Parts: sequence; structure tokens; C-alpha cells
Amino acid sequence: MTPHEQLREIVASGAPSREQIDALVASGPFPLVDRHGVTFVFRGYADHVLLRMFISGLPAAQPLARIGPSDLWVLRFDLPPQSRFEYKFEVRRGDASEWITDPLNPNLAADPFGANSVGQGWGYEAPDWTEHDDTARTGTLDEFVVHGRHLGARRVGAYVPARFRRTRRYPLLVCHDGDDYLRYADFRTVLDNLIHRLEIPPLIVALTSSPDRLKEYVGHEAHANFVVEDLLPTLRDRFPLDDDPSSRGAMGASLGGVASLHAAWRHPGTFGRLLLQSGSFAFTDIGENRRGPVFEPVVKFVNAFRADPRRPADRLYLSCGTYESLIYENRSLVPLLQEQKLQVRFDEARDGHNWQNWRDRLRAGLTYLFPGPQWMVYE
Amino acid sequence: MADHAFLGPQYRTPNLRPCLDAMGARGPLVAITAGWQEREGELDELNTHVGAAVTDLGLYVRTEHVYAEDPPLARAYRERQDVLQEIQEHYRTRLVGLKSVFEQLGAIEGDTPALKHARRAVLGDIRRLDRQHVASAVREHASFTRQWHPARRASLVPHVAALKREIERASAVLVAGGHVAVLLNRMRLFGLGSLLKGKPLIAWSAGAMAVSERVVLFHDRTPQGVQPAEVLDVGLGLVPGVVPLPHAESRLALDERARVQLFAKRFAPAQCLALDHGSLARWHRGRLVETRQLQRLMRTGALAEATP
Repeated sequence: MTPHEQLREIVASGAPSREQIDALVASGPFPLVDRHGVTFVFRGYADHVLLRMFISGLPAAQPLARIGPSDLWVLRFDLPPQSRFEYKFEVRRGDASEWITDPLNPNLAADPFGANSVGQGWGYEAPDWTEHDDTARTGTLDEFVVHGRHLGARRVGAYVPARFRRTRRYPLLVCHDGDDYLRYADFRTVLDNLIHRLEIPPLIVALTSSPDRLKEYVGHEAHANFVVEDLLPTLRDRFPLDDDPSSRGAMGASLGGVASLHAAWRHPGTFGRLLLQSGSFAFTDIGENRRGPVFEPVVKFVNAFRADPRRPADRLYLSCGTYESLIYENRSLVPLLQEQKLQVRFDEARDGHNWQNWRDRLRAGLTYLFPGPQWMVYE
Repeated sequence: MADHAFLGPQYRTPNLRPCLDAMGARGPLVAITAGWQEREGELDELNTHVGAAVTDLGLYVRTEHVYAEDPPLARAYRERQDVLQEIQEHYRTRLVGLKSVFEQLGAIEGDTPALKHARRAVLGDIRRLDRQHVASAVREHASFTRQWHPARRASLVPHVAALKREIERASAVLVAGGHVAVLLNRMRLFGLGSLLKGKPLIAWSAGAMAVSERVVLFHDRTPQGVQPAEVLDVGLGLVPGVVPLPHAESRLALDERARVQLFAKRFAPAQCLALDHGSLARWHRGRLVETRQLQRLMRTGALAEATP
């Protein structure tokens, strides 16, 4: 009997035996996925169990239903194919409430705030280029300190591609939240694989991180100046870089996307390429910002940008999950950029505001901005 | 006619040594690794596998020296490349249109005489376009040679003489892969097409493409969408009758009969050979005498083991 059939039998019985529940739980992993939706299962004594998930458009808390007097809790809802989402269970016992990952689901995603359980809708598969490939030559990670005028001393990492040669000129990509991209989006593996497959050229990736991104990544003048006037000269001294703007890009996710766009906008002609993932591009056409005080400077910048977009880069790649509240803001940016006669590609995915979503879009973005020598190189 | 061999990629699973033995190449070896660009001449892995010190002809570095010494030639060469690139772009535009028509006709169910005629006609159009494109490239190369006489140019003459000496004393010449246009351009600049005539030759990956009659670029799995295989240029023509397809397993949708069929018919009578890890095709006096793990793309859309 399949887990779906077992569950149907249990729900129909209304009072499942311990053995039935044992057998169901052993048949995992959970949640159960079918062509039309997803079914969550939790086993344990509680007063209430709530699904806490981060899909814009669905309630933030959905109760699981207890099956009769048992310790089994179930919730099902429709979910489009190819979806990916992250969630937790909130388990309430008396006055106590605890948020936990799904004990029956081994698939976890990490982010700077901890771990979430990962649900994958029908047909979703992690891309093969995100997995370690034995045949791919591996790049190295460098680390140094930038002593700059604008933000003082800053530690910066750098991805240096395999077979690096000083006699060659390399494209450069400045990655905001670089440490998080490495840790949560398998960035190093992705770069190794895409370079190995000749889908992107060997490139240097500067990995910057901010000790206070809520201040520095929200349209902060000193940060934009740090990137362009402190970081870039240091990188030029340190690495043989192709100095054409078309070989220079900036990237980031969420507020990192805002920081990238802001730096490029404040210093036009510096970056020819921008990769912006789920950018927090909050704006107001009329009225007040409703996203809270952190977004005040963001709204100020994005409103100014929308009024006078200029030419932040020649080619931009944007992506956003359709389960994010930011989908409206990101979609709104696309026609604006196209009106400036910029080359723009925008991808949507059935995913949320999380690192695996950003990881899964890296190939499309990087190959659009920095097409590799795949067509010409046969090694 | 000298012995020639095409091999699969040599990275990780080299099979060059047994091929050299089979060809009886026991003397000094020279290599052309200009396709590796700034890594040219990094032969440690190759030397280890072969068990001897191979001499690199240094075409990439020599070219840089020639350009530095002879700016008018460098400028003319760049201008010629610009023209070739523009020709390539227009060819590509026309090719994409024809390929789309070919696919539309292929998608129609049925096998009526009119449909068969239409399919044959568009295939003929594609073949004609390929031929015209090669002819354009040949014209551009001839025009450049007429105007600049590279063989008599002071900046090139000593290099050509040195290359001639190295090649003459070698028992075989190895042509490695890499960037096929860079490799082919460097080989052509120094007149390698003539210098290598009659010399035992072993080539792989882009090297095999450069020494064949025409260079065909291909990849069915590009991240920004599929584009049709395209002819880049006329090759050096040292190994005739073959279109080498390195890394075919990973680069081509070999399980799609229609694509394989088009490849085979488009470039016939040349044989389209899939050169993957472990592959070998060896010719003795122009006759194919040995093959290993070598597949041929057939006009039926199937793959067949290529045998002598």
C-alpha cells in the first residue's frame, strides 16, 4: 500500500490504531506529494499543530486536523507542480508554543536564521549543476581586507577560478551577502560546475558581507561608494581584471539586490551587468510605505530610481518567486528597465524568499550575463 | 599520405600513448596547444602520459610576438576577423530561419510525395547555405593572403622557418583542443596547413575540428536555448571526409533521431563521428584501419559503431 493509500484508510477509519500510524510514519518521507497538492503529517501529542509557511497568498498559519483521538495530525492543500517552499510546524501545548522543523522530513534548508523544512511540489528536482561534480576543476577561496575611505576596514572573500593565470584578464562579479551565497546557495559548487561546463567564463567573484545590512544595503551612499571607490580598486590591484564594464557585474538577493542596484545607479557606467534576485524593491506610487521603518530608505531610493532610472547597467537579470510578497515590486521593475532600452531577462519560479530559490536561478542569471565559451571551446 | 588519428578528449582518460605506438611514432613529438590560449605549453600531464618530453610549437605566444612586432598585420588581421564575424552572424540568421522551416515540415504527420519533396528541398537549402558560407570564408582568407602575403612577411618568416625545422624532425604532431577559432587562426597564420602535409598527425577535440575540412560548431544543451549547429570556417583539410564531434555524448542530443538524422544528412558525404572519452579513429594511407569506441551518426537517425 502506498503512503497515500495508507493515509486515506486512516482518515476514513476515524480512529486509527497505533500500528496503522506506525506503519504510515515509517513509510515517509513527508510531506506526501501528488500531482495536485501536498499533504503534511505530524505525529505527537499537542493541543494544536499549525503549519507555518512563507507563501504569499496563503495564510501564514494553517491548522492541521487531528485524526480522531489519535496523535496523528494531517493537512492537505492544492499546490501547483514544480513548487518549492519552506515551512515549520508550530506545536502548541497549553500556554507553550514551539516552532520546529518537520520531524518526518529530512530535507532541510539553512539560512542565517536557522533551518526550515523543505517541501517540493510535484515535478520539482534540484538542478544537477548544484551538486558536486567530481570531474569539475575546483576554484579556490581567497580572503583579504579592504582598507577603504568609506566604511573603514572590511574583510572580503574572493572566488578564484580553477586554472587561474595572471596572464589572462578575468570578468568580475561583486556579490553582496557573499558568505551567505557560499553557505546557503552552494555558490562555490555552482561556479565550479558552470565554469567547468563552459557555460560561463572563468571569473573572479568578490564576496562581500555587511555587519549591518539593514543600514548598508538599503540605499546607503557610503556603501555604494565603498563598492566602487574602495573595493573595485583593491580588486584591480589584486587580480588581472577585464576593465570593460560589460565584464563587470554586481549581484545580490533581497536587500543585497537593492544594494547592487543602488551602487550601479549611483555610479553609472561602472557595472555593465546586474543580477538581482528577489530584490526588496519597495516603492510607493502614492501614499506611505507600509512595510515598516527599515524600508523607509529603500522606498526613498526605489522611488528616486523609478523617477529617473538612468542606465544602471546594459544587461540585467532579475528573478523572483511567485510565492513572495515582492513579486509585484519585481514585476513592476521589468517594463521600467525595458523602457530604458536595456537588455532584461526576468524569471519567475514557484518558490519563496529563500536561498535555494536564489541558488536554483543562478545558472539562468549567470549564463545570461556572462555567456561562456561553450560554443567555441572543445577541450 | 601520412597516418592520421582522431582521439576523444584526453582530459582524465588519455589514450594517446597506445595510438602513438600503433602509428610507430618513436621519435620526438611536437604539440600544438594554441587552443589552450594562456595555458599554452603546460604539458606536464601530457608528458607524463606519453612518457617523453613533448615540444610545444608555441603558436599562441608566437602570434602575440608577431602582432607586437608588426602592427599593420595585427590590425589587418583584426579587421579580417571582424568581417568573418559579420559574415557568421548573417549566416546564423539565415540558418535559424531554414532550421525552423525544416522542423516545421518534420512535425507534419504523413509522408506524401509533396511533403517529402518540401523536406528534401529545405535540407538542400541548408546544405547550400553551408557551402556558400564556407566559400565566403575561403574568399576572405584568399583575399587576406593576396594582400598581406604572410608567408613572405619579415615578422613571420623566422617563426615559420623555426616551425618547419621542429615539425620536420618530429615523428608525429599532436594537436590538442581548446578554443577552436583561436587554434585554427594561429595554425593558419603560420601556414601549418602546408607544413603539416605528409606528417603523422594525432588530433583531439578542437584539434580534430581544426585539421578537418570544415569546422562545425555544435551544442544542443546550452542554458539560453538550443541553436542549430553551424559551420564556422573552412578547416585545414588535412583529414578529409570527416566531421569530428568531440564530447558528442554531453553536447549533442544523440537520442533524438531527427537531430541525428539532420546532422548526418546535412554534412554527407562526410561522416559525422562522435569522439568521446576513449574514442579512436586511425587512418593509414587515407584508409580507416582502427577504431575504438567510435560512433557514427547515420542518415536514419541512429548511431552505429564505426568500424574500419
